[in-house]
Amino acid sequence: MGAKTFVKNKFQQIKQYKFLFEELVKRNFIKKYKRTILGMVWSVLGPLMTLTVMAVVFTQFFGRNMEHYIIYMFCGNLLFSYFRESTKSGMTSLYNNAKIFSKVNVPKYMFLLSSNVSSLINFGINLLVLFVFCAIDGVAFTWKFILLLYPICCLVLFNIGMGLILSALYMMFRDMQYLYDVFTQLLMYLSAIFYSIDAYDLHKQYFFYLNPVYVYIRYFRKIILEGVIPKPTFHLLAAGYAIVALIIGGIVYKKKNYKFLYYL
Amino acid sequence: MGSVIIEAKNVSVEFVTGDLRNIGLKEFVMRKLTGNYKIEKFSAVNDVSFEILHGDMLGIIGTNGAGKSTLLKVVTGIMRPSKGRVTVNGKIAALLELASGFDPDLNLKENAYLRGAMLGYTREFMDKKYPEILAFSELEEFEQRPFKQLSSGMKSRIAFSIASMVEPEILILDEVLSVGDGAFREKSEEKMREIIDKGKATILVSHSLAQIRRMCNKVLWLDHGKQMAFGNTDKICDEYQEFLDKRKSEKKKKHSDI
Repeated sequence: MGAKTFVKNKFQQIKQYKFLFEELVKRNFIKKYKRTILGMVWSVLGPLMTLTVMAVVFTQFFGRNMEHYIIYMFCGNLLFSYFRESTKSGMTSLYNNAKIFSKVNVPKYMFLLSSNVSSLINFGINLLVLFVFCAIDGVAFTWKFILLLYPICCLVLFNIGMGLILSALYMMFRDMQYLYDVFTQLLMYLSAIFYSIDAYDLHKQYFFYLNPVYVYIRYFRKIILEGVIPKPTFHLLAAGYAIVALIIGGIVYKKKNYKFLYYL
Repeated sequence: MGSVIIEAKNVSVEFVTGDLRNIGLKEFVMRKLTGNYKIEKFSAVNDVSFEILHGDMLGIIGTNGAGKSTLLKVVTGIMRPSKGRVTVNGKIAALLELASGFDPDLNLKENAYLRGAMLGYTREFMDKKYPEILAFSELEEFEQRPFKQLSSGMKSRIAFSIASMVEPEILILDEVLSVGDGAFREKSEEKMREIIDKGKATILVSHSLAQIRRMCNKVLWLDHGKQMAFGNTDKICDEYQEFLDKRKSEKKKKHSDI
């Protein structure tokens, strides 16, 4: 079977299960917000409170010589929270639905994709809040803002790939959740959310690009704060991370798909 | 007699069990290092072949751990055989452990739609069928309640209603033929017979030989994953009964020896 027919079959399958997908997204929403307006508000309030605390604490240390420091932090927080939330909920998405897929024959990736949609919507809401902040803070809106779609798409794919890998790992090892918490905590400090990497010399700065999340954050800041379109190589790097994650995730999923039942 | 609905040819399913269940990464690494990590492979189903034609009702019998559930999982496509193949012509609905897999936070309608979606139906179909499902379950007044507030009897009632309203072509029954209290039990039994008559084929797993004799025209007998016999109902049921009796008396003998 060629790659083309494989993709075509998958596409057919996705179409067939569109209804299931919608129902799963709906379920995740109901569960998350518990049918309350406050639940929706909370998804914006939470990040804003973090931002406020960070602004109060860090402006003195890192923000003195930086214009639009709040926006700078907001970009970092926004993308990193999306990455963290999406991969964390993706990780548990398979295991939490094990009762279902061990009884009914459904494509398991649907659980992962639907959980990704929930966090993507959350991200979208907070992105709008970021734009409001930009307007208040006097950041100039340019046509280049449209390019933000590029890192967003890359991050969505990257998150799906990571979700595929992590959900398989979580099926096998129940303590992945705690290990991943530690990992994301460390990664957050390496993502230059509240500080600038300019303090390091040029060689060391390159190490930050080993962190995919930082690459996407950097893209956002370049467009929003500097009004500069990143270089083509930068675009390649951003897409590269997403594709690699997706390929590894796909291989892991394909290999383990029918073996998950052993771990239940 | 018509076309072949389900064909299983030399189906074997390998199952892995042991330390891989419910283990943490840290524990896994430690056990690997100390050589204390044991996994066991075994054939849950070993070289099983059978054929179901249009209109057939197959009974699967065997003691616990014979591989009945695993075989059903292969037929429904949840598991893949490690050897052999299964061909299925038709839409399957499996009534395995009816009430499980519902979401406690969703209400009755949302759960019904979700279940319908999982069984592979469209929204239009569910829009059309949902009133019937609700009416059949007789749970109209609980429509808006989250599932966690319903009793287990109510849950299995709605589960049965969904499963039976969606018109499966091939029905797989795992020990369930009826649910609920007196009146509803009668109603569900009747409904079940109707589905069986309407559908193309049915597979019934049961420990009740009387039930199998009464309903099935073919029987598959499994023991420890191996196929002991397939074919004529009465003959195989007699053999199985003999096998059970023999085992029972052997056990008794062992007991009296001690």
